[in-house]
Amino acid sequence: MIRPTTPDLDALAADYGALRVRLARRLVVCAGTGCVASGSLTVHARLAEAVAAAGLPCSVELKQEAPPTDESIGIGKSGCQGFCQQGPLVAVEPDGVLYCKVQPADVDDIVAALAPGAAPVERLLYRLGRSGRCRGPEEIPFYQRQSRTVLASCGHGDPDDVRDYVFRGGYRAAQRAWTEMEPAAVVEEITASGLRGRGGGGFPTGRKWQAAAAAIAARPEAGGWVVCNGDEGDPGAFMDRSVMEGDPHTVLEGMLIAARAVGADRGMVYVRTEYPLAVTRLRQAVAQAEAIGVLGRDLFGTGRCFTVEVMEGAGAFVCGEETAMIASIQGGRGMPMPKPPFPAERGLFALPTVINNVETLASVPGILRDGAQHYRSCGTGASPGTKTFALTGHVLNTGLIEVPFGTPLREIVMEIGGGVIDDRGKPWGDGFKAVQIGGPSGGCLTREHLDLPLDFDSLRSIGAMVGSGGLVVMNANTCMVQVARFFMQFTQNESCGKCTPCREGTRQMLALLDDIIAGRAGEGTLMLLESLARTVAKASLCGLGKTAPNPVLSTLRWFRAEYEAHVLHGHCPAGRCKALTAPAILAEKCKGCSQCIPACPVGAITGERKQVHLLDAAACLRCGACASACRLDAIVGVT
Amino acid sequence: MITPTQTATLTLDGREVPCGTHRNVLELARAQGIDIPTFCYHSHLSTYGACRLCLVDVLGRGVVTSCTTTPEPGMVIRTETAEIREMRKVTLELLLANHDMRCTTCDQSGACRLQDLSRRFGIDEVRFRSVLEHQPIDLSSPALRRNADRCILCGDCVRACEEVQSVGAIGFSGRGAATRVEPPFGQPLDESECVGCGHCAAVCPTGSLMPADDTARVNALLDDPARRVVLQIAPAVRSAVAEAWGLDDGVQAAGRIAAAARRLGFAQVYDTAFAADLTVWEEASEFVARFTAGEKLPLFTSCCPAWVRFAEQYLPQLLPNLSTCRSPQQMFGSLAKRLLPEKLGVAPEQLAVVAIMPCTAKKLEAARPEFRQAAGADVEAVLTTTEFLRMVAARGFDPARLDDEDFDAPFGEASGAGVIFGASGGVSEAVLRFARSAGLLAGGEASPVLLDGSMRLLETRIGDRPLRLAVVHTLARARELCEQILAGTTEVDLVEVMACPGGCVAGAGQPTGHDHIAAARRRDALCAADACLPTHDARDNAAVATLYHEHLAAPGSHSAHDVLHTGYRNRRRGIQAEVPPPAVATSGLPVSVCLGTGCYLRGADALLRELGRSLEEQGLAGRVALSGRFCQEHCDRGPSVSVGERLLHGANAATALAAVREALD
Repeated sequence: MIRPTTPDLDALAADYGALRVRLARRLVVCAGTGCVASGSLTVHARLAEAVAAAGLPCSVELKQEAPPTDESIGIGKSGCQGFCQQGPLVAVEPDGVLYCKVQPADVDDIVAALAPGAAPVERLLYRLGRSGRCRGPEEIPFYQRQSRTVLASCGHGDPDDVRDYVFRGGYRAAQRAWTEMEPAAVVEEITASGLRGRGGGGFPTGRKWQAAAAAIAARPEAGGWVVCNGDEGDPGAFMDRSVMEGDPHTVLEGMLIAARAVGADRGMVYVRTEYPLAVTRLRQAVAQAEAIGVLGRDLFGTGRCFTVEVMEGAGAFVCGEETAMIASIQGGRGMPMPKPPFPAERGLFALPTVINNVETLASVPGILRDGAQHYRSCGTGASPGTKTFALTGHVLNTGLIEVPFGTPLREIVMEIGGGVIDDRGKPWGDGFKAVQIGGPSGGCLTREHLDLPLDFDSLRSIGAMVGSGGLVVMNANTCMVQVARFFMQFTQNESCGKCTPCREGTRQMLALLDDIIAGRAGEGTLMLLESLARTVAKASLCGLGKTAPNPVLSTLRWFRAEYEAHVLHGHCPAGRCKALTAPAILAEKCKGCSQCIPACPVGAITGERKQVHLLDAAACLRCGACASACRLDAIVGVT
Repeated sequence: MITPTQTATLTLDGREVPCGTHRNVLELARAQGIDIPTFCYHSHLSTYGACRLCLVDVLGRGVVTSCTTTPEPGMVIRTETAEIREMRKVTLELLLANHDMRCTTCDQSGACRLQDLSRRFGIDEVRFRSVLEHQPIDLSSPALRRNADRCILCGDCVRACEEVQSVGAIGFSGRGAATRVEPPFGQPLDESECVGCGHCAAVCPTGSLMPADDTARVNALLDDPARRVVLQIAPAVRSAVAEAWGLDDGVQAAGRIAAAARRLGFAQVYDTAFAADLTVWEEASEFVARFTAGEKLPLFTSCCPAWVRFAEQYLPQLLPNLSTCRSPQQMFGSLAKRLLPEKLGVAPEQLAVVAIMPCTAKKLEAARPEFRQAAGADVEAVLTTTEFLRMVAARGFDPARLDDEDFDAPFGEASGAGVIFGASGGVSEAVLRFARSAGLLAGGEASPVLLDGSMRLLETRIGDRPLRLAVVHTLARARELCEQILAGTTEVDLVEVMACPGGCVAGAGQPTGHDHIAAARRRDALCAADACLPTHDARDNAAVATLYHEHLAAPGSHSAHDVLHTGYRNRRRGIQAEVPPPAVATSGLPVSVCLGTGCYLRGADALLRELGRSLEEQGLAGRVALSGRFCQEHCDRGPSVSVGERLLHGANAATALAAVREALD
């Protein structure tokens, strides 16, 4: 393609639009990780075959093997559509139909339903309540309650074709920033929007840009960097992944605007190496953006340049910390350095560097397009805009969600999430115990926080944090000591090993938690654990260490009685800590169904039908087979 | 930001003090007499901020590390609060829970920073469970001993090796609790790129890295009635011994060392400064010959074995420029083994030469195979100053009650020129004195060489030609200078290189103070000793003159070469010119052998050479484009060889050849 010096985005969009209107329908198969894992690629292949066999004017887009032609039905592969619990998902556009849990065997029915006048395949529609079916996202509560801004294009747009992005208004904000706005005005707009870093810290983006702009202005000939932090590593979090895979051009446009604002000439996307699709899509997006002239030299006729490289991360959680990331990009060991100097002053290859999270950068084009005031109309005063969360755990609807800051936890858990479930996946109306927010750096929220509006400051005030946005819902069967241990195990593994409090402290915190769980803890254990947690939090070098004790401190704060039950009374209230729970059948739950009796390999359970059964603790191997067989959760202390 | 000035003040522990121009709050506090605890801060290394002990409370900022905080006017700093006390205690306990706490059997005991701080902070129990995972001690290097059980991962050694010496023989491996400091791939130290300088051990706060201990070997020699053990003592040793024994100067220390050494059972006690004088004769004549002919310039000194090893590994193209003179230690050993048996009436194999050196690399040097003859090693064992002091202490001699004694003749006689070898610039100064008295140098100006500064360039004249001299210490600065020389941006004729900051006086074998301040103090002590001696020019050393007259003919003569000179070899990793070029075709089946570190360690370079040879022998060379290549990232399954499209793992020459044959068929 011959590169225009000033790209004519409108002409490009018009051409592509003309192509698109000829498409009567598109079938969009979700190619997010969850759906791929549940078989969406096979579904896509089968759909493509069936559509071709039926001779329908339709294209099945999963991967853009061929650009849209003059066929009238497209079958596309989208980034994560969010509703992972219900995958594989297939959307029919523009009908607004969403099929859930699609299996290859369903393909023929789906194709048949494409016939003029045919009704959607009823059994594949989302089921609401006992009998209701929802036709598509507009009727599904999971989607209804969300405000998808950053994720707006994920699941709709074609991440493989820059023309699709331009068609949907893409790169216009960057064009305006480069051609109609002074850099300072761009910084001002972002500052006015109140945008705060989505990577966890919530630092005001405008201030970060301001600092980098000043540092670059001091030595303009040296240039500077815009780095996109795509090293998402929290267990269970996949927000950034979905954006990078589903809407890579938004990220690039955000970087392009940041570069204009601060005067940077080079960009780097540091992507977690376990996200190969994100890497591929971003690299392809960079190439396409260069081809249409929105990245590279002499941008928009300004004579200035901005180029972007995509780099795969080095496989360590700590590389998401900005100074460690800089070390990693420079080819060194991913270990953090003391700040100051801050990256904005002296960052990558000693040049001023803006490091923003994927979601932050993806928010930027929208702010410029619609204005700071519009952005502020959503969210709370100090935390404007929306936030994506990865909703997982004991909740009916798991998946990727986006809500305005200030949304109460109750709405997320009960309405979007569809309520708490028990260990068997059945709704458990009163089963809510806690939510771990912010992953291993965050803290837990309890029943009393259900009506707390979630934002950066409200969470910090109760010892939790937004973090990168993991939201794990836990039901009443969860032992909070085990929860703390789970996250401590993670940070302990991921500590880079540089500073003493984090390296040795996380290991010792883990050992103390293990002592509590194993019934080895004494009266001093909790005090020692707290003292250690405070030291690690205050004395550690980087954010990883400083936040590593949060799960311990916050569970200790809100569930101290549970810890004390472990330590002082040798009892695990949730019945999850084997050493502290004698194997037993709860008389109040057992209905005498006898399912457990044949399940036990050693014959430790006895009892008559319809009578409460008995478990011989001395004979029990604690293999847990009986508990798996019991449908009433009546057996404790065996797993 | 406000720039700290001399007049601005801040509040430190309730007292108003000047901000000064200190780099950080830690330095400022030190200047005010407050020793804020730290493991990982060293003024001459980069700021690392990892041990987290140097916490202070800054009003408005909370608890911060003082090593990373710049003093600013108006700051209100408290160096200790209840919170900080508790955090320091917890941090020390965390370190101790992962530390071999058997202090009584640790050779660092008494000089250990961890022990010292634990005492200062009153750690009387460790509340955490011990998580120490015992690892074997690495005794492979003749110079250094690495005991990972004592490592607290402060990283001082890693930065010293990288930043001061630009070697990087050790680094961090593993992550989190599995983090270790070790050579690449956990290889033993003697197979790593370690040059033996010992700077790592000098900065190690806990004795995880220590000079190798040869006292047992030396005691065994002394106990053996069949051996006659003679001792040589390096110039720099006397300054450190003077400090340790509270003596006035190096001359007095020399006499006291001689007395103590004889009490320990050394039959003869000689002065390495004698051999230094001899080195001046040889090196000056070597230099004059090269300078006159205009060949192989600049001439680099070769007294420092860490530098020699460094040049062999990283600057093989400069090896022809290295003086072929053996170091004074090895000149002495060579002479002693040849001349002393007859003089002392013993068989050559009965004679054992032991050296006391301020240096760990000297241990490595003495072990080089070229310094071993039929009658054994020229220098059989090398003790550091520290080891010598410990041997004296073990015997219970009170140095104050010993009378000063003289060195034995004839190798005990030294001029002041030989003595100042121990300080950076000393070798150059000695050579200049020699050249001046020989009438080679035009000017007679006072010596400008023994000054501070890690790199000094000066110019004088020989006749009408300018003589440009460079004096450099630390290998990082030496590398920098060599790169300039190779690039042609710096032109010099003579380069003196010492690996330790300030020269041998601050060697890693000295008891304490491996820094510029101690180096300057000890340099002054050596200069004072020089002033006390009757002669200051190696030319005036009558014993050296006699030696030439009786045994060595003249400096640079054939017999002098045999006894006093040596050669070097390229130790640069990789294939260099050793790959058989005839076997390499530019077209044909592409075959490449990975020479990345992992594959290299598994013998990939030998594989490449053998494969080249086999291809040639079998007449296949013309059909194969054989090459070495960089890491293919299959390090765990090396050596990797790619044959056309095929990638072989765990290859050897035979399997690679078979794959080539298969591909060609």
